[in-house]
Amino acid sequence: MNARSLIGAIRDRLAARSRWNVLEIAFWLVALSTVYLLPGRHLILTEIAILGLFALSLDLILGYAGIISLGHAAFFGFGAYVAGLLAVHGIITEPLLALLASGLAAMLLGFVTSFLVLRGSDLTRIMVTLGVALVLRELANRNAWLTGGADGLQGVEIKPLLGLFRFDMFGHTAYAYCLAVLFVMFLLARRIVNSPFGLSLQSIKGNPLRAAAVGIPVNRRLVAVYTIAAGYAGVAGALLTQTTAFASLDVFAFDRSADLLLVLIIGGTGYLYGGLIGAILFKLMQDYISALTPQYWPFWIGLLLVVIVMVGRERITSWTAPIRALTARLDWRAPRTPVPEARP
Amino acid sequence: MLTILFDGIAYGMLLFVLACGLAVTLGLMNFVNLAHGAFAMAGGYCLVVLVNRLGFPFFAALPLAFLFSAVLGFVLERTLYVHVYRKPHLDQVLFTIGLVFMSVAGVDYVMGSGQVFARLPSWLEGQINVFGVGLGRYRLLIIVICGLLTIGLQLILSRTRFGSRLRASVDDARVARGLGINVSGVFALTFAFGSGLAGLGGALGVEILGLDPTFPLKYMIYFLIVVTVGGTSSITGPFLASLLLGIGDVAGKYYVPTLGAFVIYTIMIVVLIWRPQGLFARGVAR
Repeated sequence: MNARSLIGAIRDRLAARSRWNVLEIAFWLVALSTVYLLPGRHLILTEIAILGLFALSLDLILGYAGIISLGHAAFFGFGAYVAGLLAVHGIITEPLLALLASGLAAMLLGFVTSFLVLRGSDLTRIMVTLGVALVLRELANRNAWLTGGADGLQGVEIKPLLGLFRFDMFGHTAYAYCLAVLFVMFLLARRIVNSPFGLSLQSIKGNPLRAAAVGIPVNRRLVAVYTIAAGYAGVAGALLTQTTAFASLDVFAFDRSADLLLVLIIGGTGYLYGGLIGAILFKLMQDYISALTPQYWPFWIGLLLVVIVMVGRERITSWTAPIRALTARLDWRAPRTPVPEARP
Repeated sequence: MLTILFDGIAYGMLLFVLACGLAVTLGLMNFVNLAHGAFAMAGGYCLVVLVNRLGFPFFAALPLAFLFSAVLGFVLERTLYVHVYRKPHLDQVLFTIGLVFMSVAGVDYVMGSGQVFARLPSWLEGQINVFGVGLGRYRLLIIVICGLLTIGLQLILSRTRFGSRLRASVDDARVARGLGINVSGVFALTFAFGSGLAGLGGALGVEILGLDPTFPLKYMIYFLIVVTVGGTSSITGPFLASLLLGIGDVAGKYYVPTLGAFVIYTIMIVVLIWRPQGLFARGVAR
């Protein structure tokens, strides 16, 4: 095989990976239809969209790069406060621009803190990410002149989107806005993970030593993906602030990071839709159980986590495998000779 | 000044008793047990129920709290934890967080969400003056008990047959198994003992740390700091780390209250970046 045909083959492989299949299209069509079909459910759907985006962010570093984070709420909260502060002080009043600014701010924070997660074992990473979230929470708590402290950030007023669409109290605008942002961010993430960059991340997750041996700059890649993921989480946080017109210390809470892990585990890691599906299931479950026992809802989360680990994560998420197999068969453009699956 | 040092030492000693079980779990099986605080909470609530509701004397309730947590730890270890040792860290984290959530909500359900206190014997309240320094009697008691425990632990580890087995297992579990040491048996006993110590620490700490259902979440980070800063290869590492943490935390809250717990977290991150194996770890690659 000469160099040119090799390049062609690689390009075909990459193209095959990034091809849209029927179920994916159906998924987004259903998501779009909820804007019109379920107007009474837009408040919870907004929460689902935000949680889905947040889980997507964790999937980028956990599912693709294999970094365990117990403090991902740090970036979520940072984005939320940045968006809130921008609105309160009238620095950037247009929500979309403010969203972008919050995402960039969170990315900056992610870039700075990414050097902390490069070293050490899983435990060190858990501790450091947890520590970063705690430090930020403590900062927000202590600097009450800026953040409102324990009372939360009051007086957030969100101007109409693009100067045209007001945020109404039923959350119709908010939902359409969140869904659109989620979709765009998802497209971007899909592009990222199917690129050579995304493949190199998966090889790092599989075996960092070998990845380095074949010439992948491991640390630079991890810094990059951590930064990107932080930006995603920041955008999710900013969406929360903009749709609820409020930001409180709760955005940094440990529960938020832990719940997020659960969301991702329910849906499955490493194929991007895991976070979205997990977010839907998690929110519906939360809605149902907390209607029964509002105070003791964490017990059931805990039980679910224990059961999932006991049964085995692979078996829990294997319910999506037949669906994925089906989509492969449904794909009318699939090559006749199946490309062997890459094993990281 | 001296009073702060004294309080800090008492606090640090308490943290050590609470966290040393975790050091062994982590060092021996490389198992990330975030639910360690739940055992401490179990001990604390056991003491409160015994003393306040059933009228046990304080000193009779302490060993019972130890026993209660130890049995709880043993049962959970044999039924649930054994299945998780070989799983990846992510599973261990998920599993133990699940346990924490369950314990928090479960205790909330059974005992109520408010903070609880234990009735102390009257002679333990108040202060005594030593060379013009006011020392809380209860804190003095804690220092004495925890100090004795530490010496006892050190002796068990360094002088007894069980101790050498344990050290061998920590250093290299495979070789230890090859030498005929029943590593999982050693581990089950140690886990139970560590949980018991956590329970005892929780019981002693009701007065100082406060006790409410969110205890495992609130102090999880402290235990982890002790273990990661101190390293897991010896008992002196975590001991020194807990003393540092205790004194640092008390002094920090006293001198720069505006910074709060900020100092501790920052120090932890710096130490972890600087020495990922812990400040007092031997230079063994694990």
